[in-house]
Amino acid sequence: MPRYVRARTLDEALDRLAAGRWRVIAGGTDVFPALADGQPGREDMLDITGLAALRGIRFDESARAWRLGALATWTDVRTAADLPPWFRALKLAAREVGGVQIQNAGTVAGNLCNASPAADGVPPLLALDARVEIAGPGGVRVEPLAAFITGVRRTTLAPDEMVTAILVPDPGRPGASDFLKLGTRHSLVISIAMVAVVLWRDEAGAIAAAGVSVGSCAPVAVRLGALEARLVGQPPGTDLAALVHESDGDALSPIDDVRASAAYRREAALTLVRRSLARCGEAAA
Amino acid sequence: MTDPVPVSFTVNGRAVSVPVEPMRRLTEVLREQLGLTGTKVGCDAGDCGACTVLLDGAPVCACMVPAGRLEGADVETVEGLAGPDGSSSALQESFLRHGAAQCGICTPGMLMTATALLRETPHPGAAEVIDALGGVLCRCTGYRKIITAVMRANDPVPLAETPAAGGAVGARVDRLDGRPKVLGSDVFGADAWPADALRVRVLRSPHHRARFRFGDLDAFTAAHPGLVRVLTAADVPGRNLFGVIPALADQPVFAEGEARYRGEAVAAVVGEDAAVRHLDLESLPVTWEPLDPLLDPEAARAEGAPLVHAGRPGNVLARGLVRRGDVDGALSDPDPDVVTVAGTSSTGFVEHAPIEPESGFAQRVGDRIEIVACTQAPYMDRDDTAAILGLDPEAVRIIPTAVGGGFGTKLDLSVQPYVALAAWITGQPARLVYTRAESMAATTKRHPSRLSARVAARRSDGRLVGLDFSGMFDTGAYASWGPTVANRVPVHASGPYQVPHYRARSLAVHTNGPPSGAFRGFGVPQSAVLQETLLDELADALGRDRLDFRILNALEAGRPTVTGQVFAQGVGIRRCLEALREDWTRARAEVAAANARAEAEGRPERRGVGVAGMWYGCGNTSLPNPSTIRVGLTADGRVRLHQGAVDIGQGSNTVVAQICADALGLPLACVALVGADTDRTPDAGKTSASRQTFVTGKAAVLAGRALRDRILLRLNAPPDAALALDGTVLRAGERSLDLATLAGEADAHGLVLAAEETFDPPTAPLDENGQGEPYAAFGWGAHLAEVRVDLDLGRVYVERLICAHDVGRAVNPTLIEGQVEGGASQGLGLALMERYVPGLTEDLHGYLIPTAGDMPEVVTRLIEDPDLHGPYGAKGIGEQVLIPTAPAILNAIRDATGVVVRDLPVTPDRLRAALRAPLETPA
Repeated sequence: MPRYVRARTLDEALDRLAAGRWRVIAGGTDVFPALADGQPGREDMLDITGLAALRGIRFDESARAWRLGALATWTDVRTAADLPPWFRALKLAAREVGGVQIQNAGTVAGNLCNASPAADGVPPLLALDARVEIAGPGGVRVEPLAAFITGVRRTTLAPDEMVTAILVPDPGRPGASDFLKLGTRHSLVISIAMVAVVLWRDEAGAIAAAGVSVGSCAPVAVRLGALEARLVGQPPGTDLAALVHESDGDALSPIDDVRASAAYRREAALTLVRRSLARCGEAAA
Repeated sequence: MTDPVPVSFTVNGRAVSVPVEPMRRLTEVLREQLGLTGTKVGCDAGDCGACTVLLDGAPVCACMVPAGRLEGADVETVEGLAGPDGSSSALQESFLRHGAAQCGICTPGMLMTATALLRETPHPGAAEVIDALGGVLCRCTGYRKIITAVMRANDPVPLAETPAAGGAVGARVDRLDGRPKVLGSDVFGADAWPADALRVRVLRSPHHRARFRFGDLDAFTAAHPGLVRVLTAADVPGRNLFGVIPALADQPVFAEGEARYRGEAVAAVVGEDAAVRHLDLESLPVTWEPLDPLLDPEAARAEGAPLVHAGRPGNVLARGLVRRGDVDGALSDPDPDVVTVAGTSSTGFVEHAPIEPESGFAQRVGDRIEIVACTQAPYMDRDDTAAILGLDPEAVRIIPTAVGGGFGTKLDLSVQPYVALAAWITGQPARLVYTRAESMAATTKRHPSRLSARVAARRSDGRLVGLDFSGMFDTGAYASWGPTVANRVPVHASGPYQVPHYRARSLAVHTNGPPSGAFRGFGVPQSAVLQETLLDELADALGRDRLDFRILNALEAGRPTVTGQVFAQGVGIRRCLEALREDWTRARAEVAAANARAEAEGRPERRGVGVAGMWYGCGNTSLPNPSTIRVGLTADGRVRLHQGAVDIGQGSNTVVAQICADALGLPLACVALVGADTDRTPDAGKTSASRQTFVTGKAAVLAGRALRDRILLRLNAPPDAALALDGTVLRAGERSLDLATLAGEADAHGLVLAAEETFDPPTAPLDENGQGEPYAAFGWGAHLAEVRVDLDLGRVYVERLICAHDVGRAVNPTLIEGQVEGGASQGLGLALMERYVPGLTEDLHGYLIPTAGDMPEVVTRLIEDPDLHGPYGAKGIGEQVLIPTAPAILNAIRDATGVVVRDLPVTPDRLRAALRAPLETPA
């Protein structure tokens, strides 16, 4: 008979994971829709929503990083008052994950673990160089998000591991970020394409580092490294959109599906990148 | 299943303690275990928001909250919104007054989401409301009235209108069945079931076309404790076929040997609730042998294509033809004064997506069977289910529940045969609630279309000379309403214009797609897309203003339609088009200025404005479609209206009562409704074809007047005597009668004075050229759409819709506006986003319907050109409202961009491809 356990401590959760095959459930917004013919109660479920230590968003001084506990919801991100302005991309993404019902329940960490090509959280966090903190029987490991998601609905998470936090490093310089999501309707959109842009500035206002990522246009969201390299060193006031080359789309491998054609996705993604760079450039200049 | 564990939490401030399966959804705990059925289930996937409750104060989808984590939680549901005395809250009252609840199925989710918003922001702006409500889908209202109701919830709510005798028609009275909808107490298909009901689930074909064989079903049943039966075709005692057109009934309750579409039923499991819920249907012993399916009507027409039905050569279900004048001659006229344009269009399957999945239960009562389910057509359900069970129609009783949206899909049988068979065979009540995926895969769709047309006009006087139309419709695996679409489209493909030379041919072709059936407009929305966009091209080619061109050619009383019908009155299209002129002029100027600015600033954005006209015949095409209404007085002094026209949210419960009250001459407040029930209400026909206000409304006028005559006779009062009810005392002028004294004379329905009248609109058959009088009346309308197009992304934003409709007489303007706004939202969806692909979009995140933020402001302009036959001059409105929206949007897109796109939906990738095309292929 399938089991359901609501873990009281992280250690208990890890002990359970070490002892058997469990499906971890937090917000439930991906678990429930994926149930075979909608019927719950057929596999062992480990509910981690009781783990208070995994809640909240705070700055971790020692890591010089913002720590989003694994139970931090989209609403937590959206309403967090103390996040620096360069979190804007993630906050914008949080506003567009489903409706308020989904934002109140769904967790950012769950979005990463679900590893959908259209996961709204991935492009912003990828552009922000986020890392994933993972606990397992051997202790805690931290892995760059770029390495954590390995394919469509695939991650490096072992069956006996669980994500405990997302770490977003604070490089200690001024930054600005932006997020754009394209769909066919206003709300409840699974994106055709989405982009996140993060620009870090040096003392002179020139771009010191850049993150540009595109989602829904490849099995895993991708960063446009060549474009990022082109952006670095640009002085304030540069027309950043003009730096986007058609060849930047070569990093994408979009597919045709019911939402859009592959050709459209590639073109639209670069259009969104140009627009996002322009918005970001204005914000930071 | 996981062992139940006890949890204690609070619901609406009350502490509850209940054993739960830990992974059971909160929706099920509330509905099934606590009896709180106000929380609705629309999708079980977080896509529709109908199940929104407040969990520790925050809106969440209760379908995705596992019961195991409820310990200590605080849950608020719609049942908690009313005061302790049951009085509705300000928000609920605001919903009622502003017409924000139509069918009512999304209302609890809307109310709970809005409640959370209003706690933080008591006077929200429209943008804040749209942001908050974006996660709750509504298919009826087009959202605008909901947004208004939330914005104004904490303003003083205006008092409800309570019209005096004779003043009900034309009044914005609250929907009579509205209070239970806003309280969450209305009973929909899934909301009531006998405690001992068995649960039914249906096994469906996962293949578009497949042969199948069952293994040992008895052994399977025996091996699963709690399972009572597995039903298959072998268990059908009567005819294993059903269909809305009796002569063409071709759809099996359970497929026999071969399934013809993905989603077709092949077996049903019946058993104890938990056993059936937890059963893995894929574990049933069935072997599938997939066959090559016909998924394209062209392929189905090809030489040597397999036949979907043996008796239907060429896979042709039906053809339609209307022919008048000499269209070939007119269109090949070498006169340079004649200008011709031509084009093609296409649409795909469109899903009705009512937020309430099909659901209901049946119970055997002696040698009769009672079916309590959501439906649009109780008497048709009765007759078809009786044939399936091998019973007389009178042995079947259909009791429709409240219907959480229909739009045509609930005209066909859904759960009824399965619950009826299960209850009949086991002797125990049986219930079935379709899952969203099942609802989408199994039920009917709007017919996919491939249309072509040529249309010509004279340059010199701007008059239309001819239109030649040809349409192929994918009617899917079964007949359903395919012939109706094939017949209706040729009658309407001219649009509401004078076209002297005309030919329209249609063809309904079987494929292995889902059965295409009735969907708001019966094919006319598809043909209007082509015809109305071609008119814009033709106007441009003639150098004429697009609106003026339509006004010039608009049908008039005294002029023949394309079927040769001549109306002496009731032709309001010109007034509808003229009602748009001011907005057309304004919008043209605004668009030109905005586009000049965008061009100067190098912004990739263009605005456009488009218009489109519409006509639509009320009622069945050249077929009888009577409605009967019974009204009477009870000994305790009530007017009892036996109103069998099923209200699927469109408002027949209210409109028919308003009409009847005025015909009788008593205040609406005296009228008590007896809802549809084939044992209690006479046949008011099906809720389709925009016929209930027109046909049943007219029957209500006749019945109301007949009752009035009877009263006057009984009281020996003069014909102009005013009636009044004072307790049990009935007054007619100076005369009076205590109805209590008639208690002994009550008839079988408990009525002491009663009348029953029938109305069947006069029509005449169509001849072999489609000439005749198909409808007693047409509804007329025209929409104006203002759009903004993102040129680089191909994304279209509809900024405003102005909708003019000739309704004859607006019986309840609030309800009509609700129809207009809701119909327009479905038209917007048809134009821009809705495309059902079997196997790919069987959920409400893959299949897109408009959300709150997709709907612009809608301005309704009502024209009242009274119709000779209609009750107080009123005509139908339900389908009319959807037809012109999509073509108006397409015309606005062309106005903005110069690009013609007629392959629907105009998704961003399609429009962008069209916008790029001229660059890539130099002319």
